Amino acid sequence: MSQDLQAVSATPGSAAGAAVDTTSVAKLIDTSTCIGCKACEAACQEWNDHPVTLAPFDGTYQSQPDLSHSFWNLIKFNETEIDGAPAWLMSKYQCMHCIDPGCLRSCPAPGAIVQQANGIVDFVPEQCIGCGYCMTGCPFDVPKFDPYTKKVYKCTLCTDRVSVGLEPACIKACPTNCLTFGARDELIQIAEDRAATLREDGFQAAGIYNPAGVGGTQVLYVLRDADRPEAYGLPADPQIPWTVALWKGPLKWFGNLVFLGGAIGAFLHYVRFGPQTEEAPSDGETHGE
Amino acid sequence: MASLAATFGRGAMTNGWTDVANADVILVMGGNPAENHPVGFRFTMEAKRNRRARIVTIDPRFNRTAAVSDLYVPIRAGSDIAFLGGLLHYALANDLYHREYVAAHTNATFIVGEGYGFENGLFSGWDGESETYDTSGWGYELDGEGYARVDETMEHPRSVFQLMREHYSRYTPQMVSDICGCTAEEFERAADVICSTGAAGRAGTILYALGWTQHSHSVQLIHTAAMLQLILGNIGMPGGGINAQRGHSNIQGATDLGAWNALPGYLKIPRAHQQSLQAYIDENSPAPLRPNSMNYWSNTNRFMVSLLKAWYGDNATAANGFGYDNLPRPDAADDYSWATIFERAYTGELEGLVSFGMNPVAGGPNTPKMLEGLANLRWLIVAECFETETAAFWKAADAAGEYYPGARAAADIDTEVFLLPAACFAEKDGTMVNSSRWLQWKHAALDPPGDAWKDQDIIAALFLRLQALYREEGGAGSESLLNMTWNWRNPRSPDLAEVSREINGRGADGRQLASFAELADDGSTVCGNWLYAGSFTEDGNMAARRGQEDPTGLGLYAEWAWNWPLNRRILYNRASADAEGNPWDPERAPIRWDGATWVGDVPDYGATAAPDAFGAFIMVPEGVARLYTVDSFAEGPLPEHYEPVESPVDNLLHPEVGSNPAARTMMSAIDNLGSAEDYPYIGTTYRLTEHYHYWTKNVDGPSELQPHFFVELPEELAAEKEIANGDAVRVWSARGEVRGQAMVTRRMRGLQVDGRTVYQVGLPIHWGFLGRVTGPLVNNLSPSVFDPNSGTPEYKGFLVNIEKIA
Repeated sequence: MSQDLQAVSATPGSAAGAAVDTTSVAKLIDTSTCIGCKACEAACQEWNDHPVTLAPFDGTYQSQPDLSHSFWNLIKFNETEIDGAPAWLMSKYQCMHCIDPGCLRSCPAPGAIVQQANGIVDFVPEQCIGCGYCMTGCPFDVPKFDPYTKKVYKCTLCTDRVSVGLEPACIKACPTNCLTFGARDELIQIAEDRAATLREDGFQAAGIYNPAGVGGTQVLYVLRDADRPEAYGLPADPQIPWTVALWKGPLKWFGNLVFLGGAIGAFLHYVRFGPQTEEAPSDGETHGE
Repeated sequence: MASLAATFGRGAMTNGWTDVANADVILVMGGNPAENHPVGFRFTMEAKRNRRARIVTIDPRFNRTAAVSDLYVPIRAGSDIAFLGGLLHYALANDLYHREYVAAHTNATFIVGEGYGFENGLFSGWDGESETYDTSGWGYELDGEGYARVDETMEHPRSVFQLMREHYSRYTPQMVSDICGCTAEEFERAADVICSTGAAGRAGTILYALGWTQHSHSVQLIHTAAMLQLILGNIGMPGGGINAQRGHSNIQGATDLGAWNALPGYLKIPRAHQQSLQAYIDENSPAPLRPNSMNYWSNTNRFMVSLLKAWYGDNATAANGFGYDNLPRPDAADDYSWATIFERAYTGELEGLVSFGMNPVAGGPNTPKMLEGLANLRWLIVAECFETETAAFWKAADAAGEYYPGARAAADIDTEVFLLPAACFAEKDGTMVNSSRWLQWKHAALDPPGDAWKDQDIIAALFLRLQALYREEGGAGSESLLNMTWNWRNPRSPDLAEVSREINGRGADGRQLASFAELADDGSTVCGNWLYAGSFTEDGNMAARRGQEDPTGLGLYAEWAWNWPLNRRILYNRASADAEGNPWDPERAPIRWDGATWVGDVPDYGATAAPDAFGAFIMVPEGVARLYTVDSFAEGPLPEHYEPVESPVDNLLHPEVGSNPAARTMMSAIDNLGSAEDYPYIGTTYRLTEHYHYWTKNVDGPSELQPHFFVELPEELAAEKEIANGDAVRVWSARGEVRGQAMVTRRMRGLQVDGRTVYQVGLPIHWGFLGRVTGPLVNNLSPSVFDPNSGTPEYKGFLVNIEKIA
């Protein structure tokens, strides 16, 4: 285990979140000053060199109906009413980089999901076996399966940029400064101050979204209406699914046994039937030239 | 721009983007900056975060700006003057206006002659036959020396103040509600916040854009807003002003350098009856209307002679009026604005058209007329970095015949089209002038690809070829080209820094000018645009500066780029202090009088002139800002609410005069207007964050963010028409139709107008029949109806119908 990593999937000796401290990085999203301009979406697509996907019209301003394996940062345009007045709650939706990441806990492939010392939860495609357990383990429904590569992808918090001292691409592109990148404890203080200002300005329910069920997150939100995170498309009380918690906790020995059985089975299958051939992609998505 | 120049003296945003961060109240109306100016909107968000500014958005749709506002009020497209007139009434009736400011810095104290009158929607002097006003009765009462009489108490019944108070007394909250469709309570909530800035220690700004300029009464509309800011004492103040957000990155620069009716620096074009330079100067050098008026346009001779020297060099001499005769001089009534150009194309009077940085087929009203007009030309030159709908107009019938049933097939069009590949913005250097009047120099990021040329190379090639042809073959008006200087080091590819130096101008000693104060009328100085004098001095290219120091703490950033005029960041900043020079708000004083000189921002005033030496508005002959305008507009001296030319309702103030009587409505065979019987709903067009005009539909990234044209409509209307979210719909007007998917939303609502429900339908503009993503051109719906002053089409508020299609 590299000294830059604090947790590695399916590897003994790692403890997710144990070392998250003031050195961990975080992203703050002040939804009260987000204008839904999608500069963060464009920057994310550009930096990660993703192919263009022209999504069908779904009756909203959203670029895509949901995150996808090649669309990691999506502004949700939540149209609602608050106290009889129209409200349009923009919220940036991407990996939350949980302190106790359900994806990492549920991943059976050694080294496919890592939590770095700075708290970034990253997927390592070379190690990913495409089983999709991380998708089940994520209470935010973030990781997405690519039917072409048969692996799962999500926001990396621009670990490639952060590792050389740059801020993530989305932060760099935000024109209103509703996005901030920095040390997590400092951002929590900024968020608290902003929420207090909003409360003084009459938004009694203003507060921070930093859910305890996943040990807190490294993507923090200021919500004008923190009493109803669902209105922003955020789960009110996200928890790692009990199946995953049980599986990777008290029943881990059993899981390992089953996993070993599965591996033996796979080996026998290979010996009997030979390697799997790759299928051509059959979905209708546009891949970039 | 026409409006602000008449009110204050200069046609530009008064303050600047960075200054919005100083505001206490931000009124967003006729614009949607969160969506259309997201980068500049950061300063609105700064005001919200740091100053706890209140943001009020008034718009037909609850848009992305409304989403981060403190207060949103819906309004019927085209009823803005009623709302603003209501605010004027509210401030005056409830004593919320800044009385001292009004008396010191506006013409409220001026006494108007007895010829002025207003009755039933028309001002005195209306000639129904020519549809114009005789303005001769509207002037001020003058004393023996030719100065306007004033009454400092503003009690005189014919003082501008009393006339204004009476005029707007009809605009009660209930009347605003009945016309605009919001409730009287909603209006009053907004009015309380907005008018709170009438106090001396508070500043409010107005952000507007094309939602105000695109009406048949747009210039009057913007003047109403300027009046509101004046009576609240918000002009000249940091955090105040009336801030026009330009629709393109360099549109301010484009108007600064001239248009068909203006020479560079907003010098008027010579007209046929101005037979000599002296006659031109005499007519364009107004006499002061008050003894203390600086009346800066009295320098027209210096600006004009220096311009002529820049253009005609040694061919401009005192003996030949500095080459004045080289300039074309249309008749006083001649018009070459958009409406006329395409009317002439349509009627076959136009031989050819050069379309440069413009896509008229997409951007002009009444698409069928655009297509037919271009099909009547002999030749068309388009210089662009993409093939546009204009360059490809002859493909319309083939590509999207369902929308343009009248468009001719390619085989039936004889127009010869030349599409010249041109560099895009990132492939050339030079300045862009933003809404804040900043000249910002940029560097080319890469070379133009393939055969694409830079704009200046295309223009140079055209110029040199035409000049050679005239030299060889002669022809009417050949002197204009033959006498012109073209002394660039590389005549085929002028260096833009060299061009910038000429625009700045130089003195008799050959040194670059530091200020337009150095300009002379004897031909010894050369200046391509007096407003830009000081932008490229002996110290270098001021537009290329990137200093970020801000000693005042007011976000003036005097060392960042260069701000016309004279690097002045806040226009009319002399009005930020009272008659004695004491700032209205010591915390927010852009300039201060230290007893001998003004310090802070570059004063909009004599740098060492005592506070009582001049009026605060140096560009108008009154010396003070104009609430009442004598002869600046095609309409009356005080703005009045008129309906859009196509409106579903009568004008509640005067049913017999519905829309602007002076509006310009083209009535050729293809210009149909509809009635509410056939077209009961209001259509209004707008831009989206994701796209830039008709340009980014050619590009992957923005296309991915917003691939589809859609039609936005309120839930109640959708229910009546049995339209569900995402259903395919058809929207049609008396001109044409569009089809797209419905976005059914609660962010738009039915409005109660004069006791009945009126619905609006929202139509984003960005698609066409070419590009990475395609869709209908929404101007297939809009009418050829124009503001009579600015010539801007009425895209906001016309009549449509809508139905679900299978």
